[in-house]
Amino acid sequence: MINAVGRDIPEEILEKTGKEVFQGVHHFDGYTYRKHGPLTQAVINSDGSKLVAGIHDVLVKCGIKDGMTVSFHHHFREGDYVVNMVMEEIHKMGIRDITICASSLGKAHDPIVPYIEDGTISNIYSSGVRGKIGEAISHGKLKGLAVMQSHGGRVRSLVTGERQIDIAFIGAPTCDDYGNCRGIGGNSNCGVLSYAIADSLHADKVVAITDCLVPFPNFPAHISMTRVDYVVEVDAIGDPKKIATGAAKPTTDQRKLMMADYCTEFVVNSPYFKDGFSYQTGVGGASIASTISLAKEMKERNVHMRFGVGGLTKPMCDLLINNQVDCLLDTQDFDLDAVESVKDLRHFRISAGQYADPFNKGAVVNKLDFVILAALEVDEKFNCNVVVGSDGVITGAQGGHPDTAAGAKCAIVITPLLQGRIPAICTEVTTVTTPGESVDVVITDYGIAINPKRTDLIEAMKDVDLPFKTIEELREIAQSITGEPERVKFEDRVVGVIESRDGTIMDVVRQIKPFEFSEE
Amino acid sequence: MIEIKKPAMAGTLESSDCQVTVEEGEGTIEFSLDSTVINQYGNQIRKVAYDTLKNLDVKNVKLAIVDKGALDCTIRARIEAAVYRSAEQTENLPWGGAIRS
Repeated sequence: MINAVGRDIPEEILEKTGKEVFQGVHHFDGYTYRKHGPLTQAVINSDGSKLVAGIHDVLVKCGIKDGMTVSFHHHFREGDYVVNMVMEEIHKMGIRDITICASSLGKAHDPIVPYIEDGTISNIYSSGVRGKIGEAISHGKLKGLAVMQSHGGRVRSLVTGERQIDIAFIGAPTCDDYGNCRGIGGNSNCGVLSYAIADSLHADKVVAITDCLVPFPNFPAHISMTRVDYVVEVDAIGDPKKIATGAAKPTTDQRKLMMADYCTEFVVNSPYFKDGFSYQTGVGGASIASTISLAKEMKERNVHMRFGVGGLTKPMCDLLINNQVDCLLDTQDFDLDAVESVKDLRHFRISAGQYADPFNKGAVVNKLDFVILAALEVDEKFNCNVVVGSDGVITGAQGGHPDTAAGAKCAIVITPLLQGRIPAICTEVTTVTTPGESVDVVITDYGIAINPKRTDLIEAMKDVDLPFKTIEELREIAQSITGEPERVKFEDRVVGVIESRDGTIMDVVRQIKPFEFSEE
Repeated sequence: MIEIKKPAMAGTLESSDCQVTVEEGEGTIEFSLDSTVINQYGNQIRKVAYDTLKNLDVKNVKLAIVDKGALDCTIRARIEAAVYRSAEQTENLPWGGAIRS
C-alpha cells in the first residue's frame, strides 16, 4: 500500500505489525486514547533496601523468560556498558527471542551481534543502530524486525501500550538503595535521564543499575524510587571518556563554516527571528558553527532567545552563560560543558515525552521556531533520510529529527552537497525517515533550496543575498560532479521498518543484496 | 601498446581518492575493485577503468583499485599514473593523446 510519501509498504508487513501506512504529519491530531499503565508490585514492608546482588539475580527476580522485552537508554552514548552487561547475562542463561527496546544503540554495542546471530535477540526497537549491529540487520541476521522509532515516537509507543516493556534497565550515574536515580554525579555523569523516564513510567519491572551508590535520599531524584523495583550495584556502568567528551573544537572546515554562515543569514532574515524566539540544533560541525555565528548576530542585533532545546553542547550553554537565552530545555548532554550546565537553575531537564511525544497534550517541539538538522540524503520532495546509508546499510538514527522537523515553524537541514562521491541531494532518498512536508529549507555548500510549499519563506527571502536554487538544480549540480548513482539492489525480505512518530509506517528497509558487476 | 613491466602503484587511501595497483597480467585484463561506493558506482568505475586502459593501449595487466569514493577524473588519473610508472616512462607523457584531459 502506497503511503503519503509515496513508499509502497508491503501488505505482509502491515499484517505482521498491525500498523497503518503513514498518512501525513497531522493525521492523528486530536486522537483520543487511554494511557497504558505498568503492572505494579507494591512494596509495603520496611526492610529498607531494594539492593540485589548482581545482574543474574535481578534477572531471576524479574522472572526473565523467552520472548520478553527489555529496555535501555542511551545517555552513556558510545561509553555505555549496561546493554552489553545485561545481554551477556541473558545469553548465558540461555534465554531466547528477546526484544530489545532501546532509546538508541551505537557502536558500543557491537558485542551483542553474536546474540542477534544465535537467536538470543530476535527483534530490535531503537532510534537507530550503527556499526556492526546495522550491518548484521541489513544482512538479514536478525530473525524478526528492526523498528526504528523517533525519540517522540518511542515514548508514544510506550504510553499507548503499543509497545510493552517487561524489564527496563536504567543505568543511573547515582542511585540510592531505594532506587532514586539521578543523571548527575558519580563516574558516569551524563547530566540527565530524559530517555529513561518513559521506561520508568511504563515498564512492568524497573531495575536501576549504578556504579555510584549514595546514601538515601538521592534527591532531587530524576527517576523516583516509587517506580523502581530493584537496584544493582556494579563496578562500572560506562566509560566516562566516551560519555561526555570535552567540547568539540569549533570546526575550521571552510565548507562547514560557509554553510553555517548561510544558515545564520537565512535565520536572521526569516520572519521568526525576533525577540523571544526559540531554537534547537544538532551536534554536527556545521550545526555547532551556526550556533556560534548566530550568537554573534543576536548580540549585534540585540535579539534575545527565549528558550533553547537539545541535545545540548557548549555553544548552546554559552548562550545561557552570556544571558542571550532565558532557559535551556535539556534531553541529552553531548559534552562536559553541557553536563556541568545542568546545575544552572535556568537549565531544565525534560523527559523525552515532554520533548517530543506526538500523542501527549502538547510537546516542546511544537513550540520551536527553528530547528537546524543534518541528513544523509534529501530528495526532490524534501524527504530526508537519516537512518540508512546510501549503500543500503542501516547506519544512523532517527533521533528527534522527524519530531523537531514536524514541530518547528522553520526546519532547516544543512548538508554538504557531496558526501565523498555520494550526492546528498538525490532524486529519491534510499529510505524516508522525515517527510518532506516537515522540511522547509535545505542548505548546501552549493546553494540553498526552500521548499516550494513555503511561499511565505520564499517571499521573505526575495531580497536576501544568498545563493538560492531549486532542489532540482542542486541535484543536477551534484550529479554533474559525481555521475548518476545506480540504485542499490535489495533482496525482497524486509529487515527493518521506519516507524513514523505517530506509529504508522513511513518506509521499510530491505536486506542488502551483495554487489555483482552487471553483464558486460 | 604499453607493456606492464613491473608492479606499480598510484594514489592513496584518503577519502575521495583511490589506490591503483598494476601488475604484469596473464595475457588479459584482470580487474578487481574494492570500493566504499561499489553499490552505486561499481559498474561506472569498471567502465572508467577499461576505457582508460583502452586509451593507454594496455591489454595485459592485473589492475586492482581500492576506492574511497574518488570521482571518475581521479580514477582515470591514478590508473594513468600507475601504468606509466610501471612502464618506467616519466617524461614525454602523451598529454591530450593517450592521457585524456
